[in-house]
Amino acid sequence: MGFFGTVAIALKALATNKLRSLLTMLGIVIGVAAVIAMIAIGRGAQQNVAEQLSGLGSNVIVVWPSSASSGGLRLGASTAPTLSEDDAVAIGREVAGVQAAAPLLRGNQQIIVGNMNWQSGVHGITNDYLEARDWVLSAGRAFEPSELSASGKVAIIGSTVARELFGAADPIDQPMRIGRLPVIVIGVLAPKGQSAWGGDQDDVVMVPIATMRNRIQGQPTGRIKRVGSISIKAISAEALPGVMEGTRALLRQRHRLQPGQEDDFSMRNLTEIAETREEASRTLAWLLAAVAGVSLLVGGIGIMNIMLVSVTERTREIGLRRAVGARSRDILLQFLVEATTLAVIGGLLGTLVGVGAAMMVAELAGWRATLTVDSVVLAVSFAAAIGIFFGFWPARKASRLQPIDALRHE
Amino acid sequence: MALIDVRDLVKTYRMGDTELRALDGVSLTIEPGECVAIMGPSGSGKSTFMNVVGCLDVPSSGSYRLDGREVSGLSDDALAAIRNQRIGFVFQQFNLLSRTSALDNAALPLLYSGAGRAERERRARARLEQVGLGDRLEHTAAQLSGGQQQRVAIARALVNDPLLLLADEPTGALDTRTSLEVMVLLQGLNRAGQTVVFVTHEAEIARFASRIVRFRDGKVEHDERRQPEDAAAISAALH
Repeated sequence: MGFFGTVAIALKALATNKLRSLLTMLGIVIGVAAVIAMIAIGRGAQQNVAEQLSGLGSNVIVVWPSSASSGGLRLGASTAPTLSEDDAVAIGREVAGVQAAAPLLRGNQQIIVGNMNWQSGVHGITNDYLEARDWVLSAGRAFEPSELSASGKVAIIGSTVARELFGAADPIDQPMRIGRLPVIVIGVLAPKGQSAWGGDQDDVVMVPIATMRNRIQGQPTGRIKRVGSISIKAISAEALPGVMEGTRALLRQRHRLQPGQEDDFSMRNLTEIAETREEASRTLAWLLAAVAGVSLLVGGIGIMNIMLVSVTERTREIGLRRAVGARSRDILLQFLVEATTLAVIGGLLGTLVGVGAAMMVAELAGWRATLTVDSVVLAVSFAAAIGIFFGFWPARKASRLQPIDALRHE
Repeated sequence: MALIDVRDLVKTYRMGDTELRALDGVSLTIEPGECVAIMGPSGSGKSTFMNVVGCLDVPSSGSYRLDGREVSGLSDDALAAIRNQRIGFVFQQFNLLSRTSALDNAALPLLYSGAGRAERERRARARLEQVGLGDRLEHTAAQLSGGQQQRVAIARALVNDPLLLLADEPTGALDTRTSLEVMVLLQGLNRAGQTVVFVTHEAEIARFASRIVRFRDGKVEHDERRQPEDAAAISAALH
């Protein structure tokens, strides 16, 4: 009895017992599909958060002015005009471990290009801000020093703004209006996607902070150039606590706060916020993996059941085949080929179903699904191992019986 | 030379702490061309004897020479080859693959003797025609009556041209008329030179044998040669 003869016997046995073959395969398909889909969705969520994390900029602290009090009424965050551009410069110069300290002045404006218009957030910045928050230009250039100092009528736009106002056309060197101010687009930012708070980070227009102050908001050019916030990037994660302490001490000193008096600013470590989110998504991914693991286990038990239920029938078949002259190794090879065939076909089908399910969930729920090779390999190999083991092991036992004992198996 | 030559054959089973001697020193020779009925009450060891002679089971002690060759102590694979090449075995419960065609069932032993597809089909078809099932080749076992299934099983037993045809209660699951038809078939084969040994507990069936061996308590109690009755004539008279 040659190898290919036995393979032919095995395939014929599978084709003859279609229901049993299908039920066995079903267990493998469900197990594999569940694991692949669950892991894809879990990974997708994690990847989303990871991108939001990098979108925030790494090792970044943001300082806001505190609330202002007016006759006992506290007016909410960032209402006190306490932070200035000079504070930012001082932090950058005097606090150890600071890579960049970038002031930001923000507002909302209607942006007009030709007959199109779009409301967007306008950020008055310096080039430090691009560095601190990890913004990358996908086209064009950053601000020239002369544009920064002389309130240049130039703007860098986010990818959402570029898409909404320019469509497929190249926005570089094109004219645009911010409110009533005509500017020239000099750069386009690479997309960052959703922020950790759900906003579209790419729906933004950036102009030199002086342009924002003098030409868009039209504030009187006083002695204190106040800003909405200062983003501070530390040189490393280890330097972050020191930078926070140094910044607090410096700002208290510059704002002439007495010991015991409250800070007139607040600080937030963005990495911490992102890490909390990442922790939550990791929990979700583990949860999904646990569900997938249970599915795989249930699928495995399904495979095992159908294999064990058919043992009586198969044992008699083995007895018969042995009685007419099959050797033990003919039997073993036949059952190994049967189990492997089911496992491979079931694994492939399960992969298709799992990928399809992941894509469907992603489409319907608007989630992201990230397929990875390792999850496919894990799911298929686990299901195949169970299928092959429980297909092969009873056969091995039966092939060691005397033929007459296998034939009489009840 | 005797086709079957067993000496002091012993087969014991352990049932808990009691030891059951199913065969308790059986010595027997069967010549080529004989048609032997093995009889005896249940538990007398007749089926155990058949299983040992058919190499489906191994004896605990004693010797068994098949066609002059010592069989006890052979390896598993060698026994498989003997079952495949030299012995055809017919079971009381037919033992066919139920969702498989008569042709494939009859050809099953040929799968394990390495015959090519065309040869398998030719030989299985010839044997099925011989047992009168030439028009049922593609029926699955489940679609055939008991008598037809037993004839497929006989075709399967004959397909490798065995030295020895063994049948353990071949009519045990069949009605009287079908039993007669099976005995007509076995007797016809024997008359054509095939050595046939079958187990039965019915005198009605044993009367077609040329020799009756009676077992009791694992031993040969009685061994008698006789003139067989003609199954074909009795079957014809019944119709």
